[in-house]
Amino acid sequence: MNFDLQYMLEISLQIAKYIPITLVLAIVSMVLAIIIGLVVALIRNSNIFGITHVAALYISLFRGMPTLVQLFIIYYGLPQLFPSLTTMDAIMAAIIGFSLKESSYLAEIFRAGLNSVDKGQMEAGLATGMKRVQIYSRIILPQAALNALPATGNTFISLIKETSLAFTLGITELFAEGKMIASANMRFFETYLVVGLIYWLLVILYSWIQKYLEIWLSKPLRR
Amino acid sequence: MINVRNLTKHFDKKQVLNDINLDIKTGEVVAIIGPSGSGKSTLLRCLNLLEKPNSGTIEINDVKLDTQKYKARDAYQLRQQTAMVFQHYNLFKNKTALKNVIEALLVSKKMKKEEAIQIGEDLLKRVGLEKQAKQYPATLSGGQQQRVSIARALAVKPHAILFDEPTSALDPELVNEVLQVIRELAKEDTTMVIVTHEMQFAKEVADHVIFMADGHIIEQGTPEQVIDHSLNPRTQRFLRQMGDESDVAAR
Ligand SMILES: Nc1ncnc2c1ncn2[C@@H]1O[C@H](COP(=O)(O)OP(=O)(O)O)[C@@H](O)[C@H]1O
Ligand SMILES: [Mg+2]
Repeated sequence: MNFDLQYMLEISLQIAKYIPITLVLAIVSMVLAIIIGLVVALIRNSNIFGITHVAALYISLFRGMPTLVQLFIIYYGLPQLFPSLTTMDAIMAAIIGFSLKESSYLAEIFRAGLNSVDKGQMEAGLATGMKRVQIYSRIILPQAALNALPATGNTFISLIKETSLAFTLGITELFAEGKMIASANMRFFETYLVVGLIYWLLVILYSWIQKYLEIWLSKPLRR
Repeated sequence: MINVRNLTKHFDKKQVLNDINLDIKTGEVVAIIGPSGSGKSTLLRCLNLLEKPNSGTIEINDVKLDTQKYKARDAYQLRQQTAMVFQHYNLFKNKTALKNVIEALLVSKKMKKEEAIQIGEDLLKRVGLEKQAKQYPATLSGGQQQRVSIARALAVKPHAILFDEPTSALDPELVNEVLQVIRELAKEDTTMVIVTHEMQFAKEVADHVIFMADGHIIEQGTPEQVIDHSLNPRTQRFLRQMGDESDVAAR
């Protein structure tokens, strides 16, 4: 069989050098997506007339378009409208695209998380004379975070894998590097297998971190 | 002092409070009794604006509010005057017993941490839970949770404490430990408004009893007048039903 294990081991290190860029794409996008998602979820949950509809539209729009199309709109499309964006860094474009996309998923997850917190928690806070903002940040969000963690984690796992789309903007990350090495050596199976396994490893590593995060967050709620 | 004038509240088309007038003196303990669905909880929840009344005025200890035109700031001011003990305790699930008690001191009253902890520990001691200070609500029994919630209400030194059926969610053997704490408070001249189905308890602690039905105050007076010698047929019927129920429970 035409399979070269030795070759796989050799290129592994070479490809692994691009783990940081993949992680930067995933983590920075995730952090931004969490911030945007939370704001959108809070707006969506507020009953300020009109603006909740804008939030709903935002969620619907970004969830409804393929990630790849969004990346192209931002990187190749926007500079046509705003010439000053021609100098936009591809990494920046990718991060913007990913964070907008993921934020639309997270907004819905966070909204469900917020709504799953017992209404009595807000009432108890108000009745003891606390302000809404204080109750949200100190009582409701920590409880909502636990409820939202599993789904948020799944979103992050998808995002780690989706960062491979960044190669279409000319960014050299894990997948792009694998593609180049594969063509250069004409060994496609081994190379892409290595790339796939590295993604898998990253996902396992994250799942492990999430498990401990969950244990830590749920400490108050265990009997 | 709590004064309520012409308070009304409806949910959609359903009138839940009809022209309620209420005068409660400082230090007074008022028990509100009445059938389920008569608007007792809604009345309490209007007093701290957890429900938005449709009309009327509420005055609690110098803070007076017209329920038809008030700002968020006014609502905040009015809420500072009272604290509430809920039927289902509503302790902050992500905070320990002690943190529950001192939360409002830290964030609303901007008290120093050491000072707040001292107050919190004293209050937990007062409700017999100093050993449970570091426990989370999920690890406490219903009776213990309710006692923590009373300590939490006391912490902010409210002008009055509103109790909404504080023992209704408790297993029968845990009811007394909570009533005992409230009895102690009654002795100390704490102004309290207590919605309760415990008639014996109401008779013991209340200076004044209000009987509500269908969103109206039907009758009010001393416990003797309302609970022992009511002349009102509605009140009599209600008390008879309560008596039957507690007979069944006792058997
Ligand atoms: N949030 C609400 N929306 C609609 N109806 C309500 C709401 N809260 C209470 N009600 C209705 O108002 C009436 C009075 O309720 P409540 O004040 O809880 O009575 P009680 O505490 O005396 O049992 C009931 O008929 C109840 O169904
Ligand atoms: Mg009720």
